[in-house]
Amino acid sequence: MAGVEVATATAATRRESPLAHLLENRHVLGAVMVFPAVGLLAVFLAYPFALGAWLSLTDATIGTPGRFVALANFHYLLRDAVFRLVVFNTALYAGVAVVLKLALGFLLALLVNREFAGKRFVRAVMLLPWIVPTSLSALVFYWLYDGTFSVLTWMLKRVGLVEGFINYLGDPTLARASLIAANVWRGIPFFAIGLLAGLQTVSPTLYEAAAIDGAGPWQKFWAITWPLLLPLTAVVTVFSTIMTIGDFQLVWIVTKGGPANATHLLGTLAYQRAIQGGYIGEGAAISGFMLPVLLASVAVAYHYLRRD
Amino acid sequence: MSRNQLPSDGHGRLTRRQVLKAGAAGLAGAALAHLGVRGLVQDAAAQLPPGSYNPELTMSFPVERGAALRVLRWSQFVSTDEPTFQQNAAEFTRRTGVPVTVERETWTDVQPKAAAAANVGAGPDIVIGFFDEPHLWADKLVPVTDLAEYLGRKYGGWFPVAPQYGFSQELKQWIAIPIGAPGATINYRESWVKEAGFDPDPARFPKTTDEFLRLCQALRRRGHPTGFALGKAVGDGNVWVHWLLWAFGGKAIGPDNKTITINSPETVNALEYGRQLYETMIPGVAGWLDPHNNRAFLAGEISLTNNGISIYFAARNDFPEIARDMNHANFPIGPVGRPTELHLFSQAYIFKYTRYPNAAKEFLRFMMEDTQYGRWINAMLGYVTHPLRAYNGLAVWRSDPKALPFRDAVARMLPHSYQGTPGPRSARAMAEFVIVDMFAEALTGRRSVRDAIRAAEDRLRRIYA
Repeated sequence: MAGVEVATATAATRRESPLAHLLENRHVLGAVMVFPAVGLLAVFLAYPFALGAWLSLTDATIGTPGRFVALANFHYLLRDAVFRLVVFNTALYAGVAVVLKLALGFLLALLVNREFAGKRFVRAVMLLPWIVPTSLSALVFYWLYDGTFSVLTWMLKRVGLVEGFINYLGDPTLARASLIAANVWRGIPFFAIGLLAGLQTVSPTLYEAAAIDGAGPWQKFWAITWPLLLPLTAVVTVFSTIMTIGDFQLVWIVTKGGPANATHLLGTLAYQRAIQGGYIGEGAAISGFMLPVLLASVAVAYHYLRRD
Repeated sequence: MSRNQLPSDGHGRLTRRQVLKAGAAGLAGAALAHLGVRGLVQDAAAQLPPGSYNPELTMSFPVERGAALRVLRWSQFVSTDEPTFQQNAAEFTRRTGVPVTVERETWTDVQPKAAAAANVGAGPDIVIGFFDEPHLWADKLVPVTDLAEYLGRKYGGWFPVAPQYGFSQELKQWIAIPIGAPGATINYRESWVKEAGFDPDPARFPKTTDEFLRLCQALRRRGHPTGFALGKAVGDGNVWVHWLLWAFGGKAIGPDNKTITINSPETVNALEYGRQLYETMIPGVAGWLDPHNNRAFLAGEISLTNNGISIYFAARNDFPEIARDMNHANFPIGPVGRPTELHLFSQAYIFKYTRYPNAAKEFLRFMMEDTQYGRWINAMLGYVTHPLRAYNGLAVWRSDPKALPFRDAVARMLPHSYQGTPGPRSARAMAEFVIVDMFAEALTGRRSVRDAIRAAEDRLRRIYA
């Protein structure tokens, strides 16, 4: 090959080290440049993922490597009443919370997109629930929802709206609602900021033209804002869905999955069974059930990101 | 105090003035311990009359050259615990030259940490954890039979529950050294109990479940509800529901570790009783985690609950009027006619990957000897109840009458795996709150008694399959 001959000749005349010579090759250089990124992904994403997938097919417990049991863990879980309840909880939690976060986040984005005094300050403050570490805000909710000392109950009692205590975390329905409310509070800024950025890219001339045609605010929203922001909305919603389905901290701090598993999510159940109960294989299988949902979400996000 | 109990002075430092007649048994025991003869006594208490203290017994392990130890323990519940523990560890370092690093985790996080250490084969040399932990990785632990038998012989024998936790039936070895249990009692407000027409003296406090229920009902009628955790309260929740289940003769599992025995008339009785008790509770207990009852009690919202000595400890420091008005009594006895308590049993174990097994054993021996152990328990006001009979004589059990009921916690307890033995399955049953959830569902009326039992039976069957 000609290229090879030339390269050899150059090396001979310039007396380059073999390493420098090797790096002259763009394929080699490319591989070298990409290696750190690929290495990081392999070590911190691909390996744990593959290990998790393998563990879900074994009966590994803490301290034993386990034997291959094929799909026995998944089979067992599908018949497990607690697991089925947890799937329902997770779907309810993610479904309701994401819809609420989307609606309220959109509303907030539209509000702060208007011109008003202190706009910058309000936009900055709006981010707070998102910035505060979840474990800290979860502790605040833990106190807000305390059966005996809740400041919410205290205020409602003061106003005269309720008598006695509110059983926020003792009643399954109320406990679910309470946790969803906390998750919504925390997640709204994610939508609001993302959508606000999108709103600012919408050209004002579109709204002006619509106004000339006699469109009201509602028509402007449906005909201009919503379709233009749809790809961004889809992506933000998908990311939020992924984070909500994988939620752990809030539930673990406030209820640990109680009362009687009414607020257990896939993440908390996996932790309880794998780490506290010692059944790593089964815990990995529980996490595995999140995978199809997450893959679907990623596919949606990918679709819209490409169209962008 | 019986003549065989441990003498100690008023400051908690145990003296050996009253050297007890050790007798042939003690000397033989000493000889065996020195020779390292194993397997002769499974229950170290078998050799001697219970409670006898044999101060002349000694033992020590040759510490490896250059040894250093990492100890992982649960973080303190009461503020005097860790300083005293550290002081004892520093004393060990002074005598042996072995530096000791003590790491702490919240008590429910010790197990995940230890699990990681067991899996990767590196981490702390010694772990002080709870319940089944040593049985989850029994083959990865340094056997401590020699040390356990020595301690048993020297300090009057272990209480029956100690070998059930520390001894591995499979390996025929002690795999952990019982440290004791943060014991729980019924905590109550004396003035309200009196108001309800009952005697607030712990000695005359209701002794039977029937009388106890009448007390709780009377308290409730006077506007002072009770409160028992029914949420995922690892400690308080498990402790009281297991007591109640066993008090009526219910049990999750048979002695063969296979037969699920939860579906029984006894369990029905326990749940029916629980339903009546639930009527006397403050709303919200179904969501209670471990700290809730402490707060509600200190705020005067509830008159009675189950807890360790931590409420009293906090009250002594911050709410003296409540400390004066509160007291403790042992859990009442149910139809089975004997104590059926559960307490948070703590044990220390040594991982085989340690390079200094002898130093680790020597450390545990040192910490369990009367001078150090007594100092530690006394400083905690008895937050941890001893597992060795002779420690009934510790100063703390005489210094404050309100701490006295905690003295018998370990003597009155059963292992949580009852009637089976501790192991991965009982660990899982507890980690999954099977019994707590059964009580929560039946007592709050979310499920019928029968359905709640059946749900628990299903889960137990799978866990023990």
